[in-house]
Amino acid sequence: MSSSEVASDLSPLNRLWKAFASVKLTIVLLLTLAATSIIGTLIPQNETPVAYVQAFGEFWYRLFALLGVFDMYSSWWFRSLILLLTANIVVCSIDRLQFTWKIIFARHPKFNIARFRRFKRKEEFKAERAPDRLKNIYPSIVARRFGYHRVEDTDEGFAVYGESGRWTRLGVYIVHFSVVLLLIGGLIGSIFGFDGFVNIPEGETVRTIQLRNNPKNLQLDFEIRCDDFNVTFYDTGAPKEFRSSLTILKQGKPVYQKDIIVNDPLQYEGIRFFQSSYGNLPPNEVMLNFTSKATGMIYNQKAAVDKQIVIPENLGTFALKQFTRAADFRGQNIGEAFIGVLTPPNGSPVDVTLPLRFPRFDRMRKGDVVIAIADYLPRYYTGLQVSRDPGVWVVYTGFILMIIGIYITFFMSHKQVCVEVTADGKKSRIKVSGTANKNKLGMENKVSNLSEKLAETESSAKGEAKN
Amino acid sequence: MSSSNILSIITFVYGLAGVLYIFAWIFKKPGCGKLATWVAMIGVIGNTAGILLRWVESYRLGIGHAPFSNLYESLVFFAWTIALIYLFIERRFGNRIIGAFTTPIACLAMAYASLKPGITSDIQPLLPALKSNWLIAHVITCFIGYAAFAIAFGISAMYLMKQAQDDEKVIWLDFVRPITLFVFITLFSRILLVGNWALSAMTALPICLVFYAGVFIVRRMPANIKNSLLEMFPEPRVLDELGYQMVLFGFLFLSVGIITGAVWANSAWGRYWGWDPKETWSLITWFVYATVLHARMMRDWRGQRLAYLSMVGFAAVLFTYFGVNLLPGLHSYGALGQ
Repeated sequence: MSSSEVASDLSPLNRLWKAFASVKLTIVLLLTLAATSIIGTLIPQNETPVAYVQAFGEFWYRLFALLGVFDMYSSWWFRSLILLLTANIVVCSIDRLQFTWKIIFARHPKFNIARFRRFKRKEEFKAERAPDRLKNIYPSIVARRFGYHRVEDTDEGFAVYGESGRWTRLGVYIVHFSVVLLLIGGLIGSIFGFDGFVNIPEGETVRTIQLRNNPKNLQLDFEIRCDDFNVTFYDTGAPKEFRSSLTILKQGKPVYQKDIIVNDPLQYEGIRFFQSSYGNLPPNEVMLNFTSKATGMIYNQKAAVDKQIVIPENLGTFALKQFTRAADFRGQNIGEAFIGVLTPPNGSPVDVTLPLRFPRFDRMRKGDVVIAIADYLPRYYTGLQVSRDPGVWVVYTGFILMIIGIYITFFMSHKQVCVEVTADGKKSRIKVSGTANKNKLGMENKVSNLSEKLAETESSAKGEAKN
Repeated sequence: MSSSNILSIITFVYGLAGVLYIFAWIFKKPGCGKLATWVAMIGVIGNTAGILLRWVESYRLGIGHAPFSNLYESLVFFAWTIALIYLFIERRFGNRIIGAFTTPIACLAMAYASLKPGITSDIQPLLPALKSNWLIAHVITCFIGYAAFAIAFGISAMYLMKQAQDDEKVIWLDFVRPITLFVFITLFSRILLVGNWALSAMTALPICLVFYAGVFIVRRMPANIKNSLLEMFPEPRVLDELGYQMVLFGFLFLSVGIITGAVWANSAWGRYWGWDPKETWSLITWFVYATVLHARMMRDWRGQRLAYLSMVGFAAVLFTYFGVNLLPGLHSYGALGQ
């Protein structure tokens, strides 16, 4: 660090300040954060305790749980590391800014010719003209390349001082400030925002959201209805688009309507609804066909749950009782199915399984009538991710500042150059030297370019003289 | 000719360029080096054509999208960026030896994309979550960053060869280095090549032995041969500076890549950061290179220490890129078999 004062001379507060103003601490913290972050990528986060006990055993489960490893990015020690890094960034920046501020906002930049004379690397050449004639030409050439320039007389001639990019010394503070903004934005989001999900069957309206990582529900100030859900597929069978038509209702009146797809959410009163999943629901209505064994006739009938159907030819009555996602047939899962009850005219009722996927399934029962689901309208529910994050604009501001700041810090520099002209009889001797706070190799090129340009005026001057 | 055919040929073109650069370096044939530059340029042109053709083909298939959507396409873009950045450096610094250390990386990336079973070169339709311009920006910026880090890695390796003697004599380094090398090669052969740990260790062992045999032979070489191999290398000071410049360039693009990824995540799932393994590993990479930058800018670390740290950074890049697919998580779009 900048100061080498003896630590015992400082008050405890100052000592703490000095400790946080250390770049060594930055390096240690960055590497510690990098190393510890690995843990959370090796151990799946936020699983159920049962799954962890199964995977690691009782002992390790307890130890890991104690250390907060199962939700490590919000554990006290990981947050403390981030807090320490933030304190480190802030203290370092303030500590340095005290010095750089004066340099950056100096009204009259200091020009110390002795400093440039000490540089080992200089471009030198001789000119045929005397310094007072060059004094009319050189300043404008320097001015064209550097934003600020100043001419000063020396004992044996003059010196032109030029500089540019003084403000770029602020770049690193912009980057550090952006990191702090990201953390503030994250904090705002975690305090004032929420993250939840809701499933809405087509045609239905909800106003309660299930929060994530939180057993509580959230009541919205408005209702949301799913008018329609559609999924389309590519020829390969991969999903192409999930689309939900949503309507926002206030006091029962529609106030806003939007179709959402993945990557294009609906936003209302700061709350955003994202297409995140979908699923099948039992059809409300199915088309059944009844095939009479005796006559071979087929009768079509619409059916809904608990609606009694009288089968022609006096074959009895039938009613759908319930829908199941995974019907069982001799220990095999045969998928989604309706279970119905067939009551023959003279006999006891029988359960009939009608799988959606296998319409001929009921033939195996070998009854007087074969029942099959001929057709049905698939019904979906849409799964929405619901979130509110008032901190997101702070974070985005941080993002933009970070990119700008990094660019300034890495690729722009504070460049200073000095052209010293001394009389050498009737002629002049010229020395060009320069420095930059970054990219010294690039500055060396710039200095030699400037020197060439200045030397070129020599040949054109000769040309003029001849003419 | 389809784009995947062109890109398979380009693999060999980059390989040829690499061989020519190495030939030009070892046998001191400047003509060979010039030829290598031309071959590398043909490689970049062919690579560009392959990428553009692939884009056109996707529209012919009716599933038009920019060719930056799966592992194969990202590797092809990675190779393209490496070759292009290298040619730029060659033009700027006029040194062809760096080509012997960077064009082979481009060739390996392409060969891995074409040959590894499970990486399909088919053009696939985009899943709904991937339909976003932020995704294109995310992939392009990330891979420009990764390519810059790959070149920084090559340059760090050159630096360590040029400075064969240690800057500072540290005894434990002699033990730590071979063990670290072995662990890393085992890890990466597990990630990139084979399906189990025992086999990976068995692959790593001969690689390490060959490496150390090479080191041993070079150490025993007469000084004049050794010097003649190294004299054409750029000055250590230049290598150090160039490697650092590459890290700066890579860090800017990695940052933009992480940021565009976060904006994409926010538009797709309503959260800009979720600590999923891929996100976390990209942040780990960012931390490591941030360390490199602070160590260099503020503590004036240079030379060997910084070269090693920069190589650790590249290991983190590789793990972010490939290794994460071994871990549990949701970020499977760039995974094998996709």
